[in-house]
Amino acid sequence: MAKVTVDGIEVEVPNGASVLQACEAAGKEIPRFCYHERLSVAGNCRMCLVEVERAPKPVASCAYPVADGMKVFTDSPMVRNARRNVMEFLLINHPLDCPICDQGGECDLQDQATAFGGQGGRYREEKRAVKDKYMGPLVKTIMTRCIQCTRCVRFATEVAGVPELGATGRGEDMQIGTYVEKALTTELSGNLIDICPVGALTSRPYAFVSRPWELRKTDSIDVLDAVGAAIRVDARGPEVLRIIPRTNEDVNEEWMADRGRFSFDGLKRKRLDRPWIRRDGKLQPASWQEALEHVAGKLKAIPGNRIGAVAGDLVDVESVFALKSLMNALGSQNLDCRQDGAKIDGRRRDHYLFNTGIAGIDEADALLIIGSNPRKEAPVLNARIRKRWNAGALKIATIGESGLDLTYKAEHLGEGTSALSALIDGTGAFAKVLAEAKKPMIILGRGAVAREDGAAVLAAAWQLANQVGALTPEWHGFNMLHLFGGQVGALDAGFLPGEGGQDLAGMLAGGVDALWLLGADGFEPAFIAPGTFVIYQGHHGDRAASRADVILPGAAYTEKEGTYVNTEGRVQRGRLAVFPPGEAKEDWRIIRAAGAALGVDLPFNTLEDVRAGMVAANPVFGLVEGRIVGGAQDVTGPQAAGSLSGAPFKANLTDYWLADPISRASEVMAECSRIYNAAPMAQAAE
Amino acid sequence: MALSDKDRIFTNLYGLHPWNLKDAMRRGNWDGTAALIAKGRDWIIEEVKQSGLRGRGGAGFPTGMKWSFMPKENPDGRPSYLVVNCDESEPGTCKDRDIIRHDPHTLIEGCLLAGVAMGAHAGYIYCRGEYYNEHLVLMAAIEEAYEAGLIGKNACGSGWDFDLYVHRGAGAYICGEETALIESLEGKKGMPRLKPPFPAAVGLYGCPTTVNNVETIAVVPEILRRGGSWFASFGRPKNSGTKVFCIQGHVNKPCNVEAEMSIPMRELIERYAGGVRGGWDNLLAVIPGGSSTPLLPKHICDDVLMDFDALREHKTGLGTAGVIVMDKSTDLIKAIARLAAFYKHESCGQCTPCREGMGWQKRLMDRMVEGRAEVAEIDVLESVTRQIEGHTICALADGGVWPVQGLIRHFRPMMEERIAAYHAKKSGGAMPQGHHISGVPPLAAE
Amino acid sequence: MSAAHQEPTEFAFDTESEAQIEKIVARYPAGKQASAVIPLLYVAQKQMGRQTGSAWVPRVAMDKVAERLSMAPIRVYEVATFYFMFNTKPIGRFHLQVCGTTPCWLRGSDDVLRACKDAGHLKGYGDTSEDGLFTLTEVECLGACVNAPILQVDDDYYEDLDYDRTVQLIESLKRGERPKPGSSIGRRTSAPEGGPTTLLDIPLKEPAVAGKGEA
Repeated sequence: MAKVTVDGIEVEVPNGASVLQACEAAGKEIPRFCYHERLSVAGNCRMCLVEVERAPKPVASCAYPVADGMKVFTDSPMVRNARRNVMEFLLINHPLDCPICDQGGECDLQDQATAFGGQGGRYREEKRAVKDKYMGPLVKTIMTRCIQCTRCVRFATEVAGVPELGATGRGEDMQIGTYVEKALTTELSGNLIDICPVGALTSRPYAFVSRPWELRKTDSIDVLDAVGAAIRVDARGPEVLRIIPRTNEDVNEEWMADRGRFSFDGLKRKRLDRPWIRRDGKLQPASWQEALEHVAGKLKAIPGNRIGAVAGDLVDVESVFALKSLMNALGSQNLDCRQDGAKIDGRRRDHYLFNTGIAGIDEADALLIIGSNPRKEAPVLNARIRKRWNAGALKIATIGESGLDLTYKAEHLGEGTSALSALIDGTGAFAKVLAEAKKPMIILGRGAVAREDGAAVLAAAWQLANQVGALTPEWHGFNMLHLFGGQVGALDAGFLPGEGGQDLAGMLAGGVDALWLLGADGFEPAFIAPGTFVIYQGHHGDRAASRADVILPGAAYTEKEGTYVNTEGRVQRGRLAVFPPGEAKEDWRIIRAAGAALGVDLPFNTLEDVRAGMVAANPVFGLVEGRIVGGAQDVTGPQAAGSLSGAPFKANLTDYWLADPISRASEVMAECSRIYNAAPMAQAAE
Repeated sequence: MALSDKDRIFTNLYGLHPWNLKDAMRRGNWDGTAALIAKGRDWIIEEVKQSGLRGRGGAGFPTGMKWSFMPKENPDGRPSYLVVNCDESEPGTCKDRDIIRHDPHTLIEGCLLAGVAMGAHAGYIYCRGEYYNEHLVLMAAIEEAYEAGLIGKNACGSGWDFDLYVHRGAGAYICGEETALIESLEGKKGMPRLKPPFPAAVGLYGCPTTVNNVETIAVVPEILRRGGSWFASFGRPKNSGTKVFCIQGHVNKPCNVEAEMSIPMRELIERYAGGVRGGWDNLLAVIPGGSSTPLLPKHICDDVLMDFDALREHKTGLGTAGVIVMDKSTDLIKAIARLAAFYKHESCGQCTPCREGMGWQKRLMDRMVEGRAEVAEIDVLESVTRQIEGHTICALADGGVWPVQGLIRHFRPMMEERIAAYHAKKSGGAMPQGHHISGVPPLAAE
Repeated sequence: MSAAHQEPTEFAFDTESEAQIEKIVARYPAGKQASAVIPLLYVAQKQMGRQTGSAWVPRVAMDKVAERLSMAPIRVYEVATFYFMFNTKPIGRFHLQVCGTTPCWLRGSDDVLRACKDAGHLKGYGDTSEDGLFTLTEVECLGACVNAPILQVDDDYYEDLDYDRTVQLIESLKRGERPKPGSSIGRRTSAPEGGPTTLLDIPLKEPAVAGKGEA
């Protein structure tokens, strides 16, 4: 530790810390543009200059290491002067077009100019104008505003792992861009908007939409993938205008994936905003009372064991719990939340969780990825893997699709289960890597168990984890990577076939006469046996709604208070940012009302009642904002049914951009899909 | 007393003789090299310290001390590197060019000895890209040295292995800054690194590295052969040795010449470069040490000595010893404005004050050339230079504002005059003849 | 821009270039091959000069360099645009590079520029003559200041120029001649005009046998 005195305040900071960190420890605000704590230090903006005793010149505090006994001044005439000077330089070629800039009101340059800049400008020469660059459908560029801090270049290279952005040219002609006209090939591009300290990189979909002070801000959770990134939903009136990440060191640090960030226009399209009843083969508008009476009338005529329910991928635990309660009350054990047919039995939580934890990746030293493309399935989690790899601390291999660009180097061991068997047999160099690793990790893609031999794959992966020492009382190296924010919560709620109950395949194959689909758009509705009475409860007129006999309009995740469990088993709360459109309602209330219509008195009338019931059914739901951590207490594996088929693992997400009902309704995502799935075009130099 | 030829190190500065190994050895290069190596690393460093040799690349840092910063051994197995800065790009400087094309073996031998002194088994000579023909000579000379066993495995039979490579830059003044040079050598843009860490700890490829100027390295063999005290006997204390001066501009016979340090500027110009065009009294100002060093008006030039300390007393420097002489016909404002344009062109763009400020300075200077400015803007200009200075990662920005500061310091009335003339012309009045100081030509038409 | 000088759709190193690349890459330690990016860009630029008469580096060539050195293409674009000697656009057969920095300007670089414009039929800096023979560029200090003013034609320095001698030089280039680089007034390199006044008394030893004869 080093003792440093900052403006007379003595602080202790670790050796090797920067002066800037010491200043922060002393509670001193140091203005900065290029410095970002999650990126390498560039030291180029010169805004963070401070005075260090005995140093002849002001030093860049972001890059200057502390020394024991150092005296730092952050508010001396030298420092104030230096900041004013740097600020004047930053502004001479900045267009000062704040009134038409989307960054206005949340702009570091604006804020720091006010706080640390001088008054007026002395620059009478011509200002620089820079041609805007194309960086894809999500990031809008107004490059004349760029202050060349290179945060975006470092983010793309270091965090996103797509070295496609650079600073070409030099001196005052240095320009940030891709040099060739191309969309950045990353699922994390929205973060460029956040890290850009000025209005050079802004959100294309949000362009000219709103001012930050007009927005109602609601902290929530992203559910479009299973990472459960902390987000803030910004709304004005009834509309979600943008979604941005919040910091959660354990989950998403401060990053967010593009689908979660930019699908929000889908919240306004293809919405189910009123009940519908199919009459004479056509869906016709109905009132809530008609719809619920229609449902009650149909279901009352069907024995409980001929009724089934399927939960979708984005569902909140409250509605899953409510629907399960209703189904059980009706005498049905036909429940399933595994639309993909994943062979998860749900009996033991650590058989289906990402047990290492997302932050646990920071400790791992070997990683085997089976049947998963984490870059597409969980971009933020993938960035965490990359961070660990980049630190030189993680050796990685994959089994599954070949030729994946994961943004880090990974040895490809094979496409199918034989490579897995080989590792279990201890053959191959990577078997040794795993065995010798102190904290080995295995990531099993959810898709890898969503196949005929899924149970065998699951058992084999667990067995390998156990064999290589990934399952110890201190370390749990077995991980399943889920794809969507509702998947783990539904498993935790036990939305699975009960005693004698049918699974999804059984229900589809005529095992039920009535099927309640709770946001279940994850399978082809044509597979539903003809004649089955289908209730679709959900928010989007996606795949399943068209097959429905009754549509009960529900709320999207931004429109309700909901509990979600991420892939690592972290229980988090999404919050209502806007009300559901039209006549749509919070989902557990719909189920409660349907119960009433059916004469079933479900034991909850308030959200608190529902949540109390959830906790009673599974105590993990009481652990809000937390997760059960620790090693593997019981190394007994999941039951192996059948044997490995040898078939190659396939991609779990066929189209990252259009993977769920919300993104499929989004025009922004549709454009992304068009652009990113198109064959690479011939590129022209600028 | 003028330096005699026998005390000149660069005996083939003008290429009067062939550069090749055979002739270089006849001139005394590679004489007893193995014996010098055998005296050991500490002896070499001590002798260089005794010589008082200060870096010839501009900053004038004591060479022996710089070498002593290199780790004695690297427990982590990292190699040490010698990097020679032959990115000679400071306007007014053309001495290293002569060394590599006419006297390359002084440098190659120096590299070996410096390599021994700093524990380096490999050296890279970073040669500016424009010196294409010159670098071919240097490469051929290195090839000769390899073939003769002077470098490579068991260099000179000394038991020391030493490899030497030439790396060409591609047109970037900033690569003369040692950490930018290292970045460039690693295949990146030449953007100076943050310091600390310094190259002696983390340099080329993350390994301990010392970057020295060509001339600095090339004088080492002679220093070791003749002794540090021999070298120290020229010039004033702490300013010792011989030095290649590049005398140019408005002199009768521009030339490079190796002379003793602390030689009076006037003697240097008159003895070796045929004097100022039109006579000493026709002198207006001299930039004494390459473009970064502030100019000196004639009255200082009359008796100033050419060494680090004497020039620093006059708020300028010896720099690279590129002596740019300007007579009374010179549009001094334009001469300095052109330097401002140079620094704007060569700013790497990394640091805000330099990237933005160099353009501002240049544009202000362009208006000063015309006089299209207010007198108060001279103060703006001055303050812009002060805002740039000392606020950046490297010293390019400092060097880029000093010439302008020098101009304002010594010739502010000339700038005011220019402005007044412009305004007078603009308002239709006659040129204010009475205020027309001598040496300022009529307004430049641009 | 003539048709021959348009952005090509592909680029491959020829055998001459390949031979150079092999030597170049060997200069750097294993795993540090990115060091060779500047040399390889030169190789590409020279090859373009050989093949098309215009020594420039098209983007496809930068991509090839990136591929060869296992670099991200953007890192090569950055380098190619940072260093002034890479021509990222086609240039004429001869690259006339006038040093306009103060030491040359003091000695008459304006005349050299004027001569280039007049004799090369060039409108100014950045221009390429209609016949595709010349491209005119202002360069910063070439580091030959005691021989100012300088005109660099491709890789060669022509020194101690004035208007007339510059015109003569350009005319001879047009005729397909390549005058000897160096001083245009017959000076001995950087020695003062009229002959050296120093280094006239250099004792020469009998040649020793290289590498041996050490004590």
